[in-house]
Amino acid sequence: MKIAVCIKRVPDSETRVKIAADGKSLDEAGVKFILNPYDEFAVEEALRRKEKAGAGEVVVIALGPAAAQETIRTALAMGADRGILLQADRIPTDGLEVAKALAAELKGAGFDLILFGKMAIDDYNHQVGPMVAALLDLPCVTTVAHLEIEGMKGVAEREIEGGVEVVEFPLPAVLTTDKGLNEPRYPALKGIMAAKKKPLEVKTVSLGSGGLDILALTPPPERKEGKIVGEGPAAVPELVRLLREEAKVL
Amino acid sequence: MSHVLAVLEQRDGALRKVSYEVVTGARRLADALGGSVDALILASGAVKGTEQVGRYGADKVITLTNPAFALYAPEGYARTVAERITSGSYGAVVFAASATGKDLAPRVAARLGRPLAQDVVDLAVENGAVTVIRPVYAGKALLKLKVTGTPALLSVRPNVFTPVERPKAGSQESAAAAGPAGRVVVKVIKAAEAGTLDVAEAPIIVSGGRGLKEPANFKVLEELAAAFAGRAAVGASRAVVDAGWRPHADQVGQTGKTVSPTLYVAVGISGAIQHLAGMRTSKVIVAINKDKDAPIFKVADYGIVGDLFEVVPKLTEEIKKLHG
Repeated sequence: MKIAVCIKRVPDSETRVKIAADGKSLDEAGVKFILNPYDEFAVEEALRRKEKAGAGEVVVIALGPAAAQETIRTALAMGADRGILLQADRIPTDGLEVAKALAAELKGAGFDLILFGKMAIDDYNHQVGPMVAALLDLPCVTTVAHLEIEGMKGVAEREIEGGVEVVEFPLPAVLTTDKGLNEPRYPALKGIMAAKKKPLEVKTVSLGSGGLDILALTPPPERKEGKIVGEGPAAVPELVRLLREEAKVL
Repeated sequence: MSHVLAVLEQRDGALRKVSYEVVTGARRLADALGGSVDALILASGAVKGTEQVGRYGADKVITLTNPAFALYAPEGYARTVAERITSGSYGAVVFAASATGKDLAPRVAARLGRPLAQDVVDLAVENGAVTVIRPVYAGKALLKLKVTGTPALLSVRPNVFTPVERPKAGSQESAAAAGPAGRVVVKVIKAAEAGTLDVAEAPIIVSGGRGLKEPANFKVLEELAAAFAGRAAVGASRAVVDAGWRPHADQVGQTGKTVSPTLYVAVGISGAIQHLAGMRTSKVIVAINKDKDAPIFKVADYGIVGDLFEVVPKLTEEIKKLHG
């Protein structure tokens, strides 16, 4: 089974966001970058599918700056076979531009599965996977939390409000992965050593500017100072009164 | 090019609540653009609730039916919506940032070769162009974007665009949507337990963290949620989800759901930065924690310092009194 996993380098979820001097971007000074957590589920799923099939290849593809090579090495250390960096120094916020560049790389490469995390925890765009599928005219299921594949047919489960959709699809297909699909493995020392020797191809791409112009990146409005109503159960009646009469939410 | 298309959602032949929020967002754009609102519904037959859509500002309600459209059919829906947009010369199209809308909108956008702004919490028209605000880094920052060209495609975050009554004609129109459902087929929806609300859409969330001490103790939160008479869902912090105490679907935070309920009650949650990011846009936050220095109190409107196993049952009792 030949599987592509599209991954992204993102700031760690514990990052304190500081806005850069341009007022439109993140100040990256001192920020720790990681493999997007939702992409870990995609990498893990690809490795398990290949292991189950007993043959195949897992190729990780990242679009990003030169530093995203580190992110690819993380996926290689988990067990992926080779990596491709589509190097672009400026990534537009318009996800369709990213999807176009990835689709051009994936087109005609003969992948049985193309996996993405359901979204990146930096831009929250939640769109590149299904856009790539539409551009390549491949079947696609998003936010997959359970997956079964038999031959060239798959059944996926995805969470919707108040339930779970059971979805059938043919392969080759594009899937985006949600938390709950699997437990991603930690790269072992042996894997980390091996990853250094695995092939990583760097290709320069230039992306269009897209149709979304950033006007401003701002901190969210500060919540006004709250109050401690009191201590213990004795404070509850006053809390309920405040919720009714002051906040008017009950 | 100043009309706006609102793409609504139905389940089991009835409009979903978020549909009225979509119409409300679309109406705001249409007023600013000086155009009308068409509300589009894909279904297998007549849909309950469409007569209400005019009240929230739809000039026309269009139901497109296909026997395969009872459940969400990703490819068939995307093709049908894209065709409708192309034939209607719209200045903007508004989707719901729901599980279905977040799946459908990118497919439509790619078909049209247009950018998509997902999960917007505010929108406007400035100098003739649609501008939106959307949370990034899980709400640790807000990104303001200008959409160049038309149509502007966007999805609105549930619970943010409170439906506003703006009565319009709401004339009804229905037609068959020809064509195949596509290769990806939703066979069935396994419904959650009757009466359970999803944290992404619940107006009230009662969330628990490590302070609950063990999974069985979430019963006290379930009882509190039940006291809100069907309006509350139980959420969870990453720590307890990672520990396997609660399902992933309930997780609030940067690697879970970002929520904006009217009332968020954080119980035994210290307030890690990734959790705060996921719930800071709640209208009112209540924190119950035994540690008076817990960071959760910094974002809470109201706090009670104390043992949650004493405070929460008392709160349940008081809420029950309110609901008679």
